[in-house]
Amino acid sequence: MSDLEDLYREIILDHYRSPRNRGELPSPPAHRVEGFNPLCGDEVVVTMVVEDDRLADIKIGGTGCSISQSSASLMSGAVKGKTLPEVRELVRTFKSMMSIHEASLEGEVPDELLNPAELGELAALQGVVKFPVRIKCATLSWNALVQGLEELAQATP
Amino acid sequence: MAPVTTGPIDVEALRKDFPLLSRTVHDRPVVYLDSAATSLQPRSVLAAMDHYYETTHANVHRGVYATAEEATRLYELARRAAGRFVGAPDPDHEVVFTKNATEALNLVAHSWGRTNLKTGDVVLLTEMEHHANIVPWLMLAEERGIELRYLPVGDDGRLDLTDLDRLLDGVKLVGVSAMSNVLGTINPLADIAVAAHERGALVVADGAQSVPHLPVDVRSLGVDFLAFSGHKMMGPTGIGVLWGRAELLDAMPPFLGGGGMILDVRTDRFVPADVPHRFEAGTPPIAEAVGLTAAVEYLEQVGMERIRAHESALTGYALDAIASRLGGDCRVFGPTSVDGRGGVLSLAYRDVHAHDLAQVLDQYGVCVRAGHHCAKPLMRRLGVSATARASIGPYNDEGDIDTLIEGLAEAGRLFG
Repeated sequence: MSDLEDLYREIILDHYRSPRNRGELPSPPAHRVEGFNPLCGDEVVVTMVVEDDRLADIKIGGTGCSISQSSASLMSGAVKGKTLPEVRELVRTFKSMMSIHEASLEGEVPDELLNPAELGELAALQGVVKFPVRIKCATLSWNALVQGLEELAQATP
Repeated sequence: MAPVTTGPIDVEALRKDFPLLSRTVHDRPVVYLDSAATSLQPRSVLAAMDHYYETTHANVHRGVYATAEEATRLYELARRAAGRFVGAPDPDHEVVFTKNATEALNLVAHSWGRTNLKTGDVVLLTEMEHHANIVPWLMLAEERGIELRYLPVGDDGRLDLTDLDRLLDGVKLVGVSAMSNVLGTINPLADIAVAAHERGALVVADGAQSVPHLPVDVRSLGVDFLAFSGHKMMGPTGIGVLWGRAELLDAMPPFLGGGGMILDVRTDRFVPADVPHRFEAGTPPIAEAVGLTAAVEYLEQVGMERIRAHESALTGYALDAIASRLGGDCRVFGPTSVDGRGGVLSLAYRDVHAHDLAQVLDQYGVCVRAGHHCAKPLMRRLGVSATARASIGPYNDEGDIDTLIEGLAEAGRLFG
């Protein structure tokens, strides 16, 4: 069961059972984005407030599996209060961890590709890349966050 | 192949016919409980397709050379086998090969629907339809303003026919699943067909789940169209079947255009071929048709009555074992008894998400589907976003169910 324990690490189960920043911010003024995983029906609602180029607040709603829910919870904790360039850098690092999946189609999955220290608690999601189908679960909330930031950037020239 | 053709299926012998069952997953024997998504293939189906490619392969209805004639004959024999399997009176004029059951239903919507439905006409579906029998009609509704209605699903997981007469008012076509791919419910098609015909409506049945698991006879069901899929009945992927009453198909325009479906083509017009070739544009799935014949022969040899009896008994075992070993922690959607119910078990275990259940089960070698099963309206009706679905085939036994339950209990411990 070692692969399974690698996937369902204690941090993930903890965030699944006790999700952080759970709920919805009033919108407006918050910006609201919905994300869907058409494969499994998981839904995520990300509400966010950006002030002075900083992600001042974020909340996560919706329903989903332990991976999508814990990833969203971990994400909310990691990005809340960060400047937008810091958020974008974190998104980039996280996505590159998840994109190992493309290499895995060709052959063996490398055990470690990134320096987990960069990601902090988010590194717990590294086990997901061994289960390619679950990567969409892990990235669901992140894609909603990116979409929200893009929409906000377009709205404020 | 089990030599006995009466009495219960010798599952142990039958399992030897399926090469995939001899592999391991995560160092455990594979426990295949996803036959509602796609079935496994017996060796005879794989051998028939190999043999065809090695000895006969040529395009059909085109060449005059010997192998082309043979390929054409094999392809047309598959039409007869598929028709015979569902009791079609005249397979040569009633069986159309498609890519899958979805394409078969789209063919009805596109060809019959566009010819016969106008603004304000009503198509009656059910809340338990697969997206394949909803979305083609939604597309038609957007295009020409037809109205869609839905027969409700009762809390017992069966269709609620109380208001059938009222709902049939103004209906031109009823689209109904013969057996639910989520609940296992076997719907009373014959009753619905009688009621629909009294009101002048036709019935298209989605037989993707019923044809592989129950004896099916289009004459006794009284339906007008029946769609089903090769790969769910031990045949290969890439081939599906639309059976339709000959006079209906005769009056329908082509669906896809191209080679093979015409009598004549000029630069400014074309004359379509007769049924069934009118609906089979382009090179059809020839090797797949050969495989489908072998699948039909395999199922006929085992016997559909025996398959139904075996799967029904195993479904009963599963319902009892889940209730006694997991108790109230595990909810099985759909009818609670095996009467009028097939071997599709949609499960919820405590509040563990279906994806997580399926992931833990995978470590036990157990293959189940997790998600909405292409039936989102039904998921909303059930009040869930996803279920884990274990579905039974003739090659499953009680040991498979025991492993399933063992895995569910482990998921409970992990997420408890």
